[in-house]
Amino acid sequence: MTIKFIRDHGQHYRPRMACLAKVEAMVLEMQDSKSGVKSSEQKLNITSIPHVVTGQDILAWIANHMKVDAQEAQTIGTMLVAYGFIYPLQDHKKLILKPDVSLYRFQTPYFWPVQKWKADNTDYAIYLAKRNIRKKGTLDVYEQEYYKNLHKWLNHKWDFIVMQAKEQYRAGKERNKADRVVFDCQERAYWIVHRPPPRTHSAMDYGVDRLIDPNAEENKTFDYYRRIIIFTQQAIMRSKVKSTVSLGAILKHMTTYKDHDPFLAPCLPSNPWQTDDSSYWDLNMRNVEIPTKMRVERWSFSFFELLNDPRGRTDFKVFLKKEFSGENLAFWEAAEEMKWGTASSISEKAQTIFKTFLAPGAPRWINIDGRTMGLTVKGLEHPHRYVLDAAQTHIFMLMKKDTFYRYLKSPVYKDIQKKALSPAPHNFTPSQLEQNAQNRKPGINPIIIWQQEEEERAKAAAAAGPIDIKKLMASKLDRK
Amino acid sequence: MAAQEVQPSETIAKLKSESEALKTKLEEERAKLHDVELHQVAEKVDPLGQFVMKTRRTLKGHGNKVLCMDWCKDKRRIVSSSQDGKVIVWDAFTTNKEHAVTMPCTWVMACAYAPSGCAVACGGLDNKCSVYPLSLDKNENLAAKKKSVAMHTNYLSACSFTNSDMQILTSSGDGTCALWDVESGQLLQSFHGHAADVLCLDLAPSETGNTFVSGGCDKKANVWDMRSGQCIQSFETHESDINSVRYYPSGDAFASGSDDATCRLYDLRADREVAIYSKESIIFGASSVDFSLSGRLLFGGYNDYTINVWDVLKGTRVSILFGHENRVSTLRVSPDGTAFCSGSWDHTLRVWA
Repeated sequence: MTIKFIRDHGQHYRPRMACLAKVEAMVLEMQDSKSGVKSSEQKLNITSIPHVVTGQDILAWIANHMKVDAQEAQTIGTMLVAYGFIYPLQDHKKLILKPDVSLYRFQTPYFWPVQKWKADNTDYAIYLAKRNIRKKGTLDVYEQEYYKNLHKWLNHKWDFIVMQAKEQYRAGKERNKADRVVFDCQERAYWIVHRPPPRTHSAMDYGVDRLIDPNAEENKTFDYYRRIIIFTQQAIMRSKVKSTVSLGAILKHMTTYKDHDPFLAPCLPSNPWQTDDSSYWDLNMRNVEIPTKMRVERWSFSFFELLNDPRGRTDFKVFLKKEFSGENLAFWEAAEEMKWGTASSISEKAQTIFKTFLAPGAPRWINIDGRTMGLTVKGLEHPHRYVLDAAQTHIFMLMKKDTFYRYLKSPVYKDIQKKALSPAPHNFTPSQLEQNAQNRKPGINPIIIWQQEEEERAKAAAAAGPIDIKKLMASKLDRK
Repeated sequence: MAAQEVQPSETIAKLKSESEALKTKLEEERAKLHDVELHQVAEKVDPLGQFVMKTRRTLKGHGNKVLCMDWCKDKRRIVSSSQDGKVIVWDAFTTNKEHAVTMPCTWVMACAYAPSGCAVACGGLDNKCSVYPLSLDKNENLAAKKKSVAMHTNYLSACSFTNSDMQILTSSGDGTCALWDVESGQLLQSFHGHAADVLCLDLAPSETGNTFVSGGCDKKANVWDMRSGQCIQSFETHESDINSVRYYPSGDAFASGSDDATCRLYDLRADREVAIYSKESIIFGASSVDFSLSGRLLFGGYNDYTINVWDVLKGTRVSILFGHENRVSTLRVSPDGTAFCSGSWDHTLRVWA
């Protein structure tokens, strides 16, 4: 609503409104004498206004022409009014299309919204001044606010504004009464759209201006073309797959997850948003003892799913412990933590990781090929965020292609599959649903859960750290 | 500039024709692999049934247009920001407001929930992205612990945490995206390539690596490598500004919503647009899109106050949802896919399921 931002951010360009072209075409069709909306002359107060249409006729035309139902026609119609292509004669501050005998007129093209030209403050000042001249005291409170502010901002050209207002008022008086009434309606409608009163939704209230001119052509210099050439060359060289393969993969993903999508298959026992019962969330909490069958099934879809679900990762760790190969996952987790951690902690973490996983004779030495090991160790001399990428990818692929599949066939997984819960679907009566709505449980604050996890992590880190022989010997000597 | 033009325009013309030739070659290469259309693949799939999606919660409390929202990983809390500078954290399930922060600027166009659930990030016309750690104490003044992280030279249009609370990815009206270290406020990587305001971004689901996609007013959707800062793929098929981009759940594709009233699906591995979701009767721009959990449904919030639900495979619209009284500005599906939340310029947020 403010006319001018105190800080000029340099944003001066209106967002593009691609819909204007289509709407203009539609509005022109609506005014066609043969196939358009039927109009008539209506008496308003004492004057007779031509080419008036009713809301329901407009809606019927839209529904017929665009082949949509009444509700959608209502949506389109309301947008036509909100943009100012059609304006209401009664209740003019509400920019909606009423599906009844309310009267509307088509706005003259002179007052249509245009991408390039903003509704200027100077013009608005002239309009308000003109109304003041015509009859003092007709301005609404919000218009008086505007008028006061405009008087401040445009003080330097106020004489010009008053002169223009007087000139327009005089010219208006020379028109015949019917034309004058029509023009006044049109002009009023224009300003309602471009300077909407409070609580009026106008589509020209478009938000924040853009910084860069959307219609400006990028300056086509050497650099511009060189960039395109380099980029296109790289794009040609990049490996692409056949559509059958990539679309097949997309389809496969959809099919795999079909039964797990709450919008496509009912979630058991019930969707908390629909029944106000949060059992679904309680059964699927992070460290629940027995997970649900659906959850366990999801772990088998991909290694990424298994790792992403904290309960799944825990189960995987149980399996790895039995195989005595926990160091791979531990390395991967440490590398993730370094990659996503704070910039200041990188060198420290890199050191720890080197000592624990990569150094010759390290307590949790990981088995990667010589070349990757060489590259990684060299990179660790000047550690940066992505220094472990190569090693991490190698280990991840190893786990994904080998360990993961062995896990799925293992007794650990089979065991959890057997134990997994299959909750029965809820069947609430309407009165029970009302009860649920009254007693929605607040749930645990994520901050508390995070604090608990931090404690667990600290404990696990302490337990898994390399044993300090000196301390152990010292404690043994103490006892002696 | 004048000195360069002495090198006559024939060299520029040569470069221009070279770039045109390369573009043609790229199209040829793409066409060779283009052996099936999405709707052909979709033929063997059963059509979807009828949907009954209703507003399950209406969150009232913002005094002005709701501009952005994000879900917490706990699947029930959300953070939302509005034009009047207020950022509110809600438990959407109980509709209780848990925290409220007043930003020192209006038009808070971006907000995000941290993966840990312990902080929120937001920004807008102040050109910055600030992180507010949340507290268990309801009476604590969150603004006291505020940390200014990102600094752009123009408005902040979108922000997102990466896999941890320690890094934030931002996009701005100044045409760039940037990756920041939260603790120090250090710029880790910047991404240049858009010719106009960047309006939206989305991070790829982790397995597919360190990439993200951004959409801008130059009608382009660019895919970036976070590590090198390079733009690795670019798509320019929209006819107007791209307001929203979102990855497909597997990370092999992404959808975009644009002011030209269409939503489109881009296949990253085949490097082309594979579907356009549009209808003659949908004339007004799409402001926000998101996929359901399986990726079969695409939800789009539009400027004509409605939400259209598309069948991603078959390209048809399966449902249209009414209820908002002004433009739908933001739409996100909850982390477990049980519901989606839409925020609108009518000052409310609605949760649908």
